[in-house]
Amino acid sequence: MYLKDAYDVRDKYLRKEMLPTIFCPGCGIGSALQFTLRAIDDLGYSQDEIVWVSGIGCSSRVPGYVNFDGLHTTHGRALAFATGIKLANPDLKIIAFMGDGDTSAIGGNHFIHAIRRNLDVTVILINNFTYGMTGGQVAPTTLKGLKGTTAPYGQFENPFDIAGLAVSAGANYVARWSVFNYLQGINSIKKALQKEGFSLVEFLSPCPVSFGRRNRMKTAPELLRWYQKITVPLNKAKKMSPEELEGKVVIGEFADRDRPGLVRSYMEYRERAKKMMGWEE
Amino acid sequence: MRYPFPVGKADFIPGDEAIARAAILAGCRFYAGYPITPASEIFEAMALYMPLVDGVSIQMEDELGSIAAIIGASWAGAKAMTATSGPGFSLMQENLGYAVMTETPIVVVNMMRGGPSTGQPTFPSQGDIMQAIWGTHGDHMLIVLSPSTVQEAFDLTIRAFNLAEKYRTPVVLLGDAELAHMRERVYIPTPDEIEVINRKLPANEEEARLPFGDPHGDGVPPMPIFGKGYRTYVTGLTHDENGHPRTVEPEVQERLIGRIYRKILDHKDDIISYEKFGLDDADVAIVSTGIVSRSAIRAVKMLRERGVKAGLLKLHTVWPFDFDMIEELAEGVKKILVPEMNMGQLYHLVKEGANGKAEVELIPKVGGEVHTPMEIAEKVVG
Repeated sequence: MYLKDAYDVRDKYLRKEMLPTIFCPGCGIGSALQFTLRAIDDLGYSQDEIVWVSGIGCSSRVPGYVNFDGLHTTHGRALAFATGIKLANPDLKIIAFMGDGDTSAIGGNHFIHAIRRNLDVTVILINNFTYGMTGGQVAPTTLKGLKGTTAPYGQFENPFDIAGLAVSAGANYVARWSVFNYLQGINSIKKALQKEGFSLVEFLSPCPVSFGRRNRMKTAPELLRWYQKITVPLNKAKKMSPEELEGKVVIGEFADRDRPGLVRSYMEYRERAKKMMGWEE
Repeated sequence: MRYPFPVGKADFIPGDEAIARAAILAGCRFYAGYPITPASEIFEAMALYMPLVDGVSIQMEDELGSIAAIIGASWAGAKAMTATSGPGFSLMQENLGYAVMTETPIVVVNMMRGGPSTGQPTFPSQGDIMQAIWGTHGDHMLIVLSPSTVQEAFDLTIRAFNLAEKYRTPVVLLGDAELAHMRERVYIPTPDEIEVINRKLPANEEEARLPFGDPHGDGVPPMPIFGKGYRTYVTGLTHDENGHPRTVEPEVQERLIGRIYRKILDHKDDIISYEKFGLDDADVAIVSTGIVSRSAIRAVKMLRERGVKAGLLKLHTVWPFDFDMIEELAEGVKKILVPEMNMGQLYHLVKEGANGKAEVELIPKVGGEVHTPMEIAEKVVG
């Protein structure tokens, strides 16, 4: 795969007047953003046909930095806003850039229902196992035993497997990588963007400042080594026992199917309505 | 354009149905909602009509999602509405504030029931007046309308869309369970009998670059809707004229909130509407809004028959509030009475407006029944 110079990607897609970003040193959001922009570039989409939506948190600031139409909304509600945008103008392609809290905590209900409807949207999910912007509180994704400011003695709850949740709720495309799996990441986003219906690409993304620091991983390389330790490729995981998988995060492509998307379903519904009312043959 | 209901003639329909038909005639093509008594019939009518007029009607997972979806639809260029009742309206407050901050034209209908909490789902109240005006957090300004008849519910729904579009603001339409469910004769006009206002779009690139500026000096920026190549960034954070977040500079917040206030308050005369009955020579004035106004009109007639000089000020706009007009009214009468179906909400506004120039008395009523004309008349004669 030929990779364009990062500066070219930056110059083409970022709003320079908004830089520098708010992101901390070692943060993985920039990488996930770069993958997304490279995927858009490779696919040749126009900047005018894509709308970025987001909720609240570090990752949600991304739509402000990219030179596209963007809606930076309220915490957790990005996908509900996206439902309105997409159904009101189906020509627009929507990328929702979301965090793990946005997706699985405050926005959990919107998330599962957007998937159930098969809303035509591509979710790029930044999972850093923490609430970064508010200062390192635990998230629904924080693995058991890890520390956050609201669980200083180590998380006692079970974590959500967001990709798994998306698969069971019916998403058309679901993949999970760490931001260090850059080729797989870019390829997954490309696939996701071309899918009708709901697609999700989850990235384990380092947050050394809010998360790593409290868990003896103060730098991104330390988090990288930890990701290497806890991630298991899907094929390998299939041969492992539940005990062996305890505390691990499976990475790979979890779903790739072609159920009709919400827009298509609604357009068919509209036609059915007109026929049933005798407005059309 | 073909309509799924008869136009240019009268019909005998409930308030909820009138609101749905008015919305469609005003150009609403996106409805998102969550069922709740007594607003469900608005949704049901929209579900029936919307696909036929190439619009969208979708049942969201909750009220938070419903208002979020209509804000998204509005940025994608559609006129959009949701309808709910008290408990759902409470859930919408966060995003109502977002619509204020991002200056998104939307219409939110609240068919009030008795509360707080789940309260009396099938009974009317006027308990959400303050919530409609001040429910969301922070300093904000929006428009609240309140009809008292099914015909007014129809007319004010069209007006709600027009005001939302004209001033790029959320508009709340406050009805109640009584109005929602009662049937009355309503004239449904043909499209060319209605004035429909559409939002200002950017005239050029320069205007589009200032989605939160004031290029026309009226406080209302043209709205660069998504997908037109303007690449607009919209955020609920405090933002400058370009839409860029600027959260730590006091003057940016001051400028933004100031303009959001000004664009409504400077156009008060255009926004505020009311009707006066027998106030010219009145000694006693009744100020009311919504369903109670109907009993108040009858009370005024009864009092006049008895030789009492009573008059009524019936407010169609609850917010912005014309404090000056109330003061003027107070100067000419001995007493103002405020009958309302709550423990006193409009009363506070009227009292502030009267500014001590006349005695202001509340006639509260909770429980789910509208004041009888006699109840109001008796209070007037004391």
